[in-house]
Amino acid sequence: MQKNPIIKAEHLTFSYPGDSESKPVRALDDVSFEIEEGSFTAILGHNGSGKSTLAKLLCMVNYPDSGKLFLCGKDLTDPDVTDEDILAARRDIGMVFQNPDNQIVASIVEEDVAFGCENLGIPSAEIRKRVDQALEQVGMTKHARSSPHNLSGGQKQRIAIAGVIAMKRKCVIFDESTAMLDPLGRQDVMNTAMKLNREDGITVILITHYMSEAALADRIIVMDHGKILRDGTPSEVFSDPEAMWDAGLDVPQTTELLYKMRQAGLDVRLDLFDVNDCAAEIARAIKRARGGK
Amino acid sequence: MKADITFGQYCEGNSLIHRLDPRMKIVLSILYIVAIFLAKGVTSFALLILSAVLLVGLTGLSPAMILRGMRPLLFIIVFTAVINIFWMTGDVLLVQLGPVKIYLEGIINAILIVVRIVLLIVATSVFLTYTTTPLALTDGLEQLLSPLKKLHVPVHEFSMMMTIALRFIPTLIDETQKIMNAQKARGADFSTGSLLQRAKALIPILIPLFISAFRRADELATAMECRCYTGGEGRTRMNVLRSTAKDWLFLLAILLLGTAIVLLNTYFPLYGLTL
Repeated sequence: MQKNPIIKAEHLTFSYPGDSESKPVRALDDVSFEIEEGSFTAILGHNGSGKSTLAKLLCMVNYPDSGKLFLCGKDLTDPDVTDEDILAARRDIGMVFQNPDNQIVASIVEEDVAFGCENLGIPSAEIRKRVDQALEQVGMTKHARSSPHNLSGGQKQRIAIAGVIAMKRKCVIFDESTAMLDPLGRQDVMNTAMKLNREDGITVILITHYMSEAALADRIIVMDHGKILRDGTPSEVFSDPEAMWDAGLDVPQTTELLYKMRQAGLDVRLDLFDVNDCAAEIARAIKRARGGK
Repeated sequence: MKADITFGQYCEGNSLIHRLDPRMKIVLSILYIVAIFLAKGVTSFALLILSAVLLVGLTGLSPAMILRGMRPLLFIIVFTAVINIFWMTGDVLLVQLGPVKIYLEGIINAILIVVRIVLLIVATSVFLTYTTTPLALTDGLEQLLSPLKKLHVPVHEFSMMMTIALRFIPTLIDETQKIMNAQKARGADFSTGSLLQRAKALIPILIPLFISAFRRADELATAMECRCYTGGEGRTRMNVLRSTAKDWLFLLAILLLGTAIVLLNTYFPLYGLTL
């Protein structure tokens, strides 16, 4: 089945203007890709690779210097684009930012979830329904009336996600949303993101530098120095750990272990990202090696 | 941390007063304050105290907590009381120590003024700060003032600013604490030295705090924009404020209280306030 691309970037280029002391920094250099509706894509890269700049372009905080950007089929780099067009695109594409504190507007959880819907001018009764449903979906119903200040980072991010769900958006971009969280909170947010994608068919774009998170995606785009270095499924991208290491990136720990075992002469697969699968594979390989003797 | 900011903080509850329409609560507290300023005699103050006790009882909050919330204003209370005792002249001289003369009127006046200040605080805490979420308060204010929009007063923008300010107060308090700890770990000393030295010691706290506040503001603005915020126009609200019978009942009660105070002032003033 051919699905429509919800995001289509063609030769995007973006530079941060330099000042008297520094030259302009080219953050994105001829970046082209398509994101299909309903897919789960991870954009991976170390600091300064351009992945956050890309996120800023996708949520229309910054505009590309050149190239074209289509969101939901609408060309937003068109010089004739109106504020209404941008607003319409924003209706469909939501963002969850890095700092959980700096994206919560209201001092009551449910009011914050409602904020986006209120901006859209949805009738009160409908907002109520959507907010309750969204909170249920992220498992925060019992905190509906609490103050976000008393919640953990992971819970705050789940509220931000609920806000996106309540607006019934087609696509969510997680801009390093797990970077400031503890391992438990990270797990929380990842599970919610996965659920959104698998159960509700919402397109998820996960911008991250955690390999283990990227490995959960259907597709990984690896960014380096403002360019796309690799683009493919996790197995494809992580099949060549040396190339990733050269780009200053890591591979999931499971892949690294398997890769080293392979170098040591053990016949193992590399594309296993679950710890248990990995252990089973190693056990099998060892058994095979012994049987061969 | 929270104990430090009890004054002006919402207390969870589900009492009759908690559930009143915030718009009505704003009106009620204004009327109550007017009533407090109308009161002149001992009798009318007695009535006010009675009504305040009743109101505190209705909120279901512990009176001790409300009293504790007054601590920051203790200085003002004591100061006005002292001024009144020593500077007020009257007919009945009680004590004379050299040039200092204390009159009965002065003492009564001091007591009534203290009662007045305490009542003002109780009224606003009972109706507003303790029983109304800051958000409901801002909403109420926005809706009460919405007729001013016709005069191009940016009512929505003000209420948005209030909402955000309220939202970030605890966040910034936490941050201040963190910065202080960080500076302490580097050997900063905030608690000794002259007033000037201590004030200077605050600069390394304020500067990072300001910088981070600006960064937060920037990120929040982006986040709001991404959530389709375009200002007050065409915006709906999830919780629509509704006035019910009990709201009007309270209004009636407060109006009656005001009338009673005016009547008591006129017919049974006893010792009157002369300010």
